[in-house]
Amino acid sequence: MIELNDVGMNYGGGALFDGVTLSLPAGSFHFLTGPSGAGKTTLLKLCYLALRPTSGAVGLFGENASRFDRNAVAIVRRRIGVVHQDCQFLDHLPLAENIALPLTVAGKDPAGATANLDELLTWTGLSHRAGALPPELSGGERQRAALARAVILSPDIVLADEPTGNVDNDMSERLLRLLIELNLLGKTVLMATHDLGLIRRAKAQVAARVLRLRNRSVEVAGVDL
Amino acid sequence: MALILGDGRADRVVPPTGATASLTVFVSAAMAFLAVFALALAFATGRLAERWEGALAQTATLRVSAPEGQVEAQVEAVLRILEQTPGIAASRVMGREEQAALLAPWFGPDLPLDLLPVPRLIEIVEDRDGFDAESLRFRLAGEAPGAVLDDHTRWRRPLVDAAGRLRALGILSLGLIGAAMAAMIALAAGAALSANSQVIEVLRLVGARDDFIARAFVRRFTLRAGLGAAIGSLVGMAAIAALPPAGDATRFLVGLGFRGAEWLWPLVLPLFAAIMAFWATRLAVLRRLRMLE
Repeated sequence: MIELNDVGMNYGGGALFDGVTLSLPAGSFHFLTGPSGAGKTTLLKLCYLALRPTSGAVGLFGENASRFDRNAVAIVRRRIGVVHQDCQFLDHLPLAENIALPLTVAGKDPAGATANLDELLTWTGLSHRAGALPPELSGGERQRAALARAVILSPDIVLADEPTGNVDNDMSERLLRLLIELNLLGKTVLMATHDLGLIRRAKAQVAARVLRLRNRSVEVAGVDL
Repeated sequence: MALILGDGRADRVVPPTGATASLTVFVSAAMAFLAVFALALAFATGRLAERWEGALAQTATLRVSAPEGQVEAQVEAVLRILEQTPGIAASRVMGREEQAALLAPWFGPDLPLDLLPVPRLIEIVEDRDGFDAESLRFRLAGEAPGAVLDDHTRWRRPLVDAAGRLRALGILSLGLIGAAMAAMIALAAGAALSANSQVIEVLRLVGARDDFIARAFVRRFTLRAGLGAAIGSLVGMAAIAALPPAGDATRFLVGLGFRGAEWLWPLVLPLFAAIMAFWATRLAVLRRLRMLE
């Protein structure tokens, strides 16, 4: 599903990581951890083609992504749902329209989308906030809304970059459950977090692999986590 | 048609931008207003050049200066030569009163022409084919040595050239106005894009293609430019129509304007403005989008 082959990335004049080789099979659940500044966000950006690697190759859905032009990148992103820590919305549009935004840009039928949207609002517990503008939402509501937006096109991959960074423990658990539910539906999930407690709790519920960014490389964390 | 009706969902993703909207409408209106005057200048100078060229090309003047006693004989010889010259439709000797009227602006109304050695003037009217001036001069030199032919070419050409250059300046002004308008709309579109960089980032994140993003901006700027140009054109046309009517003395100055079907040309300006805005915005947006990521 996602393949990183000998990927290197230079940032600010130095190598952020080098020779990273990684494979995320379909339906897998991975955590990506590491200290601040280790390159978790950069690695995620490489996975959804917001950045291009300095060296090596990124493969997506069996294709070499370096060959993708801007249109191809846009199309492939419809198969990858992304949730950011500082999730961004269009502040002038109500929450429901923000969540439906991927449908809008993909030119999907709004009639069919409405049922999907209602289901997502219910799933994320945001039905009562459908008409609210993004600045009126709490941090937890924003994260859940971002997750709903990320999955409305039923993507094959969900990438979450510190989605629990700005929310309390209860909301972290809630978001984690939503991601686990998505994984149980067959979605490939890669979640960047530095919350080791959250990872330990997740491993009790789902077969997740933990990747650790260390010494400019990625290693699979074992029992020392 | 899709551009005018729009894609409601695509339009909504970009927030309203009051400042750039007003700026674009104002710039388009101002440019269209100027373009109307440039058009009017081009048409007026075109007409002027044609009138000068047409009127002056059909006439010539022959001046007969000779010692007293020989003038009438040479005038008669000249008239005889003119009658025999192909390309000349008519010729006549100007009367004393007509010559006095010509000289009155310089010497006053009481000029004693009988006492002065004023040359006799003969007006020549050409037919459609015109005459061969060089052959006529050659023959006059032999039979009426005091006759000098002035076919107006000498002073007509600079006037026609000047009118032609004025027309070219009018057309150049139209081009410059169009280019300036395109540049300003591209700048305004760039500013709108910069102001909405977060919107674009979100749209790209959720899989929007460049065409989708560009569409929202392009439609807005195209419609605003068309609206502004329509307002500017109508105001410009009203201003032209309000100019005082052209009299003989003020013909050049107030001959600025449109006649007949020429009035339709300013109505085309909004369409041109919209087409220009469409391409200026589209190119600016797509270039900026390529730079963003």
